[in-house]
Amino acid sequence: MQMPQPDASVLSRKAQIVDRLRSVLPRDAVISDEMETRAYECDALTAYKCAPLAVVLPASTEEVSAVLKVCHQMGVPVVPRGSGTSLAGGALPTADCVLLGVARMNDVIETDYDNRFIRVQTGRTNLSVTGAVEEDGFFYAPDPSSQLACAIAGNIAMNSGGAHCLKYGVTTNNLLGVTMVQMDGTVMEIGGAHLDAGGYDLLGLICGSEGQLGVVTEATLRILPKPEGARPVLMGFDSNEVAGACVADIIKAGVLPVAIEFMDRPCIEATEAFAKAGYPMCEALLIVEVEGSPAEIDEQLALILEIARRHNPVELREAKDADEAGRIWLGRKSAFGAMGQINDYMCLDGTIPVSELPYVLRRIGEMSEEYGLDVANVFHAGDGNMHPLILFDANKEGDLELCEALGADILRLCVEVGGCLTGEHGVGIEKRDLMVDQFAPADLEAQMAVKDVFDPAWLLNPAKVFPLAASESRRSVALAAE
Amino acid sequence: MRPETEAELAEMIASASGPICVRGGGTRGVNLNGDVLETGGLSGITLYEPGSLTLVAQAGTALAEIEAALDAEGQRLAFEPMDHRGLMGTSGEPTIGGVVAANVSGPRRVSVGACRDFMLGVRYVDGTGSVVKNGGRVMKNVTGYDLVKLMSGSWGTLGVLTEVSLKVLPKPETAACILITGLSDAEAVRVMAKALGSPFEVSGAAHGPLGPDGQPVTMLRVEGFAGSVAYRAERVAGLFGDMDVRIESDPEAVAGVWARVRDGAPFHGVAGDVWRVSCTPTLSAGLAAKIQADGVLYDWGGGLIWARVREGTDVRARLGTFDGHATLVRGNGQPKFQPEPPEIAALSRGLRQKFDPKGILNAGLMG
Ligand SMILES: Cc1cc2nc3c(=O)[nH]c(=O)nc-3n(C[C@H](O)[C@H](O)[C@H](O)COP(=O)(O)OP(=O)(O)OC[C@H]3O[C@@H](n4cnc5c(N)ncnc54)[C@H](O)[C@@H]3O)c2cc1C
Repeated sequence: MQMPQPDASVLSRKAQIVDRLRSVLPRDAVISDEMETRAYECDALTAYKCAPLAVVLPASTEEVSAVLKVCHQMGVPVVPRGSGTSLAGGALPTADCVLLGVARMNDVIETDYDNRFIRVQTGRTNLSVTGAVEEDGFFYAPDPSSQLACAIAGNIAMNSGGAHCLKYGVTTNNLLGVTMVQMDGTVMEIGGAHLDAGGYDLLGLICGSEGQLGVVTEATLRILPKPEGARPVLMGFDSNEVAGACVADIIKAGVLPVAIEFMDRPCIEATEAFAKAGYPMCEALLIVEVEGSPAEIDEQLALILEIARRHNPVELREAKDADEAGRIWLGRKSAFGAMGQINDYMCLDGTIPVSELPYVLRRIGEMSEEYGLDVANVFHAGDGNMHPLILFDANKEGDLELCEALGADILRLCVEVGGCLTGEHGVGIEKRDLMVDQFAPADLEAQMAVKDVFDPAWLLNPAKVFPLAASESRRSVALAAE
Repeated sequence: MRPETEAELAEMIASASGPICVRGGGTRGVNLNGDVLETGGLSGITLYEPGSLTLVAQAGTALAEIEAALDAEGQRLAFEPMDHRGLMGTSGEPTIGGVVAANVSGPRRVSVGACRDFMLGVRYVDGTGSVVKNGGRVMKNVTGYDLVKLMSGSWGTLGVLTEVSLKVLPKPETAACILITGLSDAEAVRVMAKALGSPFEVSGAAHGPLGPDGQPVTMLRVEGFAGSVAYRAERVAGLFGDMDVRIESDPEAVAGVWARVRDGAPFHGVAGDVWRVSCTPTLSAGLAAKIQADGVLYDWGGGLIWARVREGTDVRARLGTFDGHATLVRGNGQPKFQPEPPEIAALSRGLRQKFDPKGILNAGLMG
């Protein structure tokens, strides 16, 4: 993975740039000391690191606007950052960039239960949005596994999903409005407490644009009344095919569970060793959760269990109380941690049509053998969003490269069967160079044209999402114009 | 012009120099200057996998064909697209491309989302004749920018859709409607807010002249499996026990009244302009009063106001500044879409300039 050469003219002006930033921000909001900027050298894709030129931590939309004006005038690239939990390198700095972190902007601005929205500053963490409304019986639906740490800013930029998005949708389906600052410092309100756009759906465009169109400082989010209750069931099968068929049958039967999670044998074995959740040892395991009143849950689960029985499960376990429900989720929730215990791992995120599940799992197994690297699968089965975890040893020469090559092959397979490179983590730098496997030049051109409109100088997070060769001419025009 | 293939369409647009008026079924009242380009030749369902909840169709496919295919598998388009024919006095067959281009969403918008929320992918030909795809056919996809959302609701001004893929959902086993009579607009809005804020999954909340003789009725809908619907209908009705409330549980009757809300039936065959105003729900009764309309219907718990006014009335002037936007659905005396603040208008213009540099697609409508 390659990053562009840092702009020497920016590096040489570091002192002036920092001075200008200091002139518009409070003292402690500008960090330029090399020891301290290093704290921001990477996100959760830790294989890649690079300290930024400087870090700014503005506390308001006005301060963000002032910073961007300075950087715009001085031709300095800006990389926005929420909590730095991106798995795609979306918040990876370049040596010539100002890293703009919104972590200090974490206030709740307004909660309105009658109109079912909350307005927050985007540095607020995902979980603390729900935290602000749950005592009153509401919640914010998108729930990435990283929800304790990740910020709404990053969620919007990546259009993040969660375990419950089969029913409630991902970030874009729960976002009503934003305050956004354009690279030249222009502040704009898009959307609000009302539904849908009066003109082009700019909100839909901004969500998932990976910090390349503007810096989002505030957001109006849809909140929902909490369901009366929820209950999971666990089922084990002796083949991936049968588990996949069971998922399709549940969906066809008209039940819409809030979650259908899938784990394969390597994943079950690893989490069992780590979390001892008491999972059955089998080829494939499903966790299906439904919501409602106790009677409604019984009604839905009866149907689901009837379908499951038709597929001869080796295990069927219904949670009778909160304790048992917790135990069913325990293994799933600790799957990533478990993997981290035994190995270094790389987490992929491609999506496939649900119907291709058995074929893709079989192919992944074959590829894993060819490369000699183990792959465990844990994923959201209802929507086909796979998370193959490739296990490797970071200390072993060449293992990371081998792992990346296998990862690329698996993602190409996802595209081949009609799916895509990333279902919720984003492209960042990680999948940037694979974009040509999913998109034709005209498809990429149309997307880059959007960036031309929002950020004509290509200063915002410029080296991400698009293959460097594809964006080269645009980025170099930006440099020449300085 | 009536292309039979995407390549033919691309060729036509690439060589066009004058304005083009893009037409699906022609039911939604877009009549602009220029050569008419009909999409009906691009027709047919390309892929339908009920177990994956996905359907892909060419943009000119009749909506009726899609609904029939879904119905046969017990599924549906959950965003409940309205049929504009009764309101607009148009005839013809609505197409799926028209639904997407206009982001047409009905009463269930308030609970499950708009058409744009169910869009998984598009193929389109931009204003230069270039064929572009975005999104795909899978339910979770964040690969690159979301031009699918941008194209949904862009009314053909950024490109001519050739293929769309959608997420579909199972049809619920049954539905019930809680009907409350005797409420003022302001009271009705409070009732709807309370119902939508309850955990009973209300999938529709409307208020307007929907009674047999046009008297005002407040309606709340629940859908799902029979036992659950009965339970939730009781619980929702129970929230308003001190009012004049009854439960309609005949699914046919429920579907009938909600189709009337969806299609703006109270305004069919009645003279006047018809507007749709998207706003903060609890402000709707006050905003509606400002409009001084001859007829009002509230949907989306108040988040959508339908208003019928005398021809040429400047409803936006009456509303003043508010959080939301007003669209002129039927009538010609005012711009169709809410004018945008300068910084947003600049972005819209910029996008239009990039996607259709010749300015030929549905010129003058948007952007
Ligand atoms: C253990 C673990 C589990 C995870 N589980 C999930 C999961 O279940 N589902 C899921 O979808 N993701 C998951 N992720 C990925 C990650 O948490 C999400 O992508 C998250 O949304 C990133 O948020 P952040 O605040 O950390 O953003 P960052 O990592 O700081 O940044 C992410 C992107 O957002 C941009 N950005 C940040 N702030 C702004 C702003 N104010 N304006 C514009 N752009 C901005 C950045 O430039 C970058 O491109 C997981 C990550 C980890 C480490």
